[in-house]
Amino acid sequence: MALSHLSSSSRSSTLLKPLTTSYLLRRPISTDSTPLTIETSVPFTSHQCEAPSRAVETSSKELLSFFRDMALMRRMEIAADSLYKAKLVRGFCHLYDGQEAVCIGMEAAITKKDAIITAYRDHCTFLGRGGTLLQVFSELMGRKDGCSKGKGGSMHFYKKDANFYGGHGIVGAQVPLGCGLAFAQKYSKDEAVTFALYGDGAANQGQLFEALNISALWDLPAILVCENNHYGMGTAEWRAAKSPSYYKRGDYVPGLKVDGMDALAVKQACKFAKEHALKNGPIILEMDTYRYHGHSMSDPGSTYRTRDEITGVRQERDPIERIRKLILSHDLATEKELKDIEKEMRKQVDDAIAQAKESPMPDPSELFSNVYVKGYGVEVIILSSYQLISILFFHDICYH
Amino acid sequence: MATGLTRFGRRMRWVPSVCNGRQFSTSFCDKDHNPPAKSFNLYTAINQALHIALETDSRAYVFGEDVGFGGVFRCTTGLADRFGKTRVFNTPLCEQGIVGFAIGLAAMGNRAIAEIQFADYIFPAFDQLVNEAAKFRYRSGNQFNCGGLTVRAPYGAVGHGALYHSQSPEAFFCHVPGLKVVIPRSPREAKGLLLSSIRDPNPVVFFEPKWLYRLSVEEVPEHDYMLPLSEAQVIREGSDITLVGWGAQLSIIEQACIDAEKEGISCELIDLKTLIPWDKETVEASVRKTGRLLISHEAPVTGGFGAEIAASIVERCFLRLEAPVARVCGLDTPFPLVFEPLYMPTKNKVLDSIKSTVNY
Repeated sequence: MALSHLSSSSRSSTLLKPLTTSYLLRRPISTDSTPLTIETSVPFTSHQCEAPSRAVETSSKELLSFFRDMALMRRMEIAADSLYKAKLVRGFCHLYDGQEAVCIGMEAAITKKDAIITAYRDHCTFLGRGGTLLQVFSELMGRKDGCSKGKGGSMHFYKKDANFYGGHGIVGAQVPLGCGLAFAQKYSKDEAVTFALYGDGAANQGQLFEALNISALWDLPAILVCENNHYGMGTAEWRAAKSPSYYKRGDYVPGLKVDGMDALAVKQACKFAKEHALKNGPIILEMDTYRYHGHSMSDPGSTYRTRDEITGVRQERDPIERIRKLILSHDLATEKELKDIEKEMRKQVDDAIAQAKESPMPDPSELFSNVYVKGYGVEVIILSSYQLISILFFHDICYH
Repeated sequence: MATGLTRFGRRMRWVPSVCNGRQFSTSFCDKDHNPPAKSFNLYTAINQALHIALETDSRAYVFGEDVGFGGVFRCTTGLADRFGKTRVFNTPLCEQGIVGFAIGLAAMGNRAIAEIQFADYIFPAFDQLVNEAAKFRYRSGNQFNCGGLTVRAPYGAVGHGALYHSQSPEAFFCHVPGLKVVIPRSPREAKGLLLSSIRDPNPVVFFEPKWLYRLSVEEVPEHDYMLPLSEAQVIREGSDITLVGWGAQLSIIEQACIDAEKEGISCELIDLKTLIPWDKETVEASVRKTGRLLISHEAPVTGGFGAEIAASIVERCFLRLEAPVARVCGLDTPFPLVFEPLYMPTKNKVLDSIKSTVNY
């Protein structure tokens, strides 16, 4: 994902290195970086702060990158769905399609020096931080080339060189961690911030309020991003929250409600939040977004909401369609060129899957590695005949 | 986080006794008359128990995440329709809050049946269980208690659950005097033990083997019955070695027993059912007979409840033991993603250990 080049050419050059060159191919239609000003779909709603302007600065180049990156994410998630159904994905699988604008807009406003920590719906966030498709699909299938060496699976993507702290399995547990990251950034005067992402379901966890208090008390550069997709698993927000105005729930902590389906609005809000956090401490961003898939792969996503609702969002608010319309109405590319981009993304995804399928399983010794640091804890070693047998047995399974 | 585990992975063939709906050799306590019984799977048996619990006690409540819709494993299906949303309801996603709330509800003399969606998610509620629930009676000099509390949680491997949908945290709770920990092995057991747990005047943590929710099918009496807590059951008699387990692991051990028998080793299989307070006498009597003991559970071996059983039996039967107590358990690693087959205390590992213990 060539996201980092959007924000500033001086930043994060290291992040571009691992990317395959095809992502960076500049099409003739997307080279124009003359500024364009576009108004956000809806105004921001603020709590304890003054909302930023609705007029967002962008460029043709940026809009086309948004389109390309979101199309890639969308395609990737749909492919992950098929892989799961083909029983190739191990562990659980939570898809991000519909919410792409949050990731894209956020990346456009920040640098890789800023940290991101999220929950288990992490595939696209990882891609946004510069992860590759091969790493994504390999990790999903538990292969060696995965970003966590095939040891984490769908819910546990990490990318240290881009300050992506994962990939957490327990609802809400990542938010206090985010405050710790922010403290470290502040202490070392990094001039960087942490974005701690959580969902509307997690917003009712007690530890979130503990985290808020701590970060406000010590003015930490922590930005709590509530990705409100309106359903915590099968529970509509209003069934679980007395006040579903999550941007207001920090009480003494300022908040901003953002149209999370509008990448430009997200970008504007994140830019604003970063400046705020560096100066004044924590802020909550509530991203009003939507997931098209069910909560996880075993949730059809249709029992607690109507088909009409989903179709309605797809037609009215889809983040990719919004950018497509903007590109077309500003005459930045033709419809065919955009279709070609989508085709290209599809091919990249297919190629990456083919490559990932070739990636070997991790070595069985990896079962015992990374439990403790070597020499600093209890070593798990293959001691008994049972364990030996289990490894032989495992090989039986692999080669059958 | 996940909703219903519909896919049970390749290990299905390793648990033929449950797949085929075959039953353990001995059956439940209510044998004097033959009450009407139909075949049900484990989640339906749980569902029946919850229906009966709510039916027979107007002060019983069922709640938890997504419980009003039937829960991710369908255990609470139909309860909200039948008993109304004031007695069966969804909670927000906040485990500590759920259990704390349940303790308070139980302290007013109600039966609070709380569901934690996966045992892996129980840890935010750990403080409430350990510090509030377990010691309420003791620290108030018996003025207050939360005996009506039952916390249900699906535990254990399912073949593809990875790090946070597979754990077996029972040993943590076995270290807490004041709590009871109960784990059923089959539908019939689940119904009787759950009703006993709900009606027991002590707080109970009830772990349900989620691998067996759909897989395990057996005849379950439709009426209201209870199976005693803290009573282990010898489900297979034998003379060479005693095997102890609980929950889903029992079907694995039973397979190993059958294979060992073909090689001339006679195994006695015990279902512990209640982990604390556990039935030492039954295990002791068996070990006195066989002279050998093997314990098997899915949780990591170090600090697992098998260690407690081993220590107690060595204390009681030291001179009778003919071999070291064997433990075939999960490995001392986090629950792995692709290496689940290596991690698990499989039939072959159990069989291998039976042989080395008998031939010690």
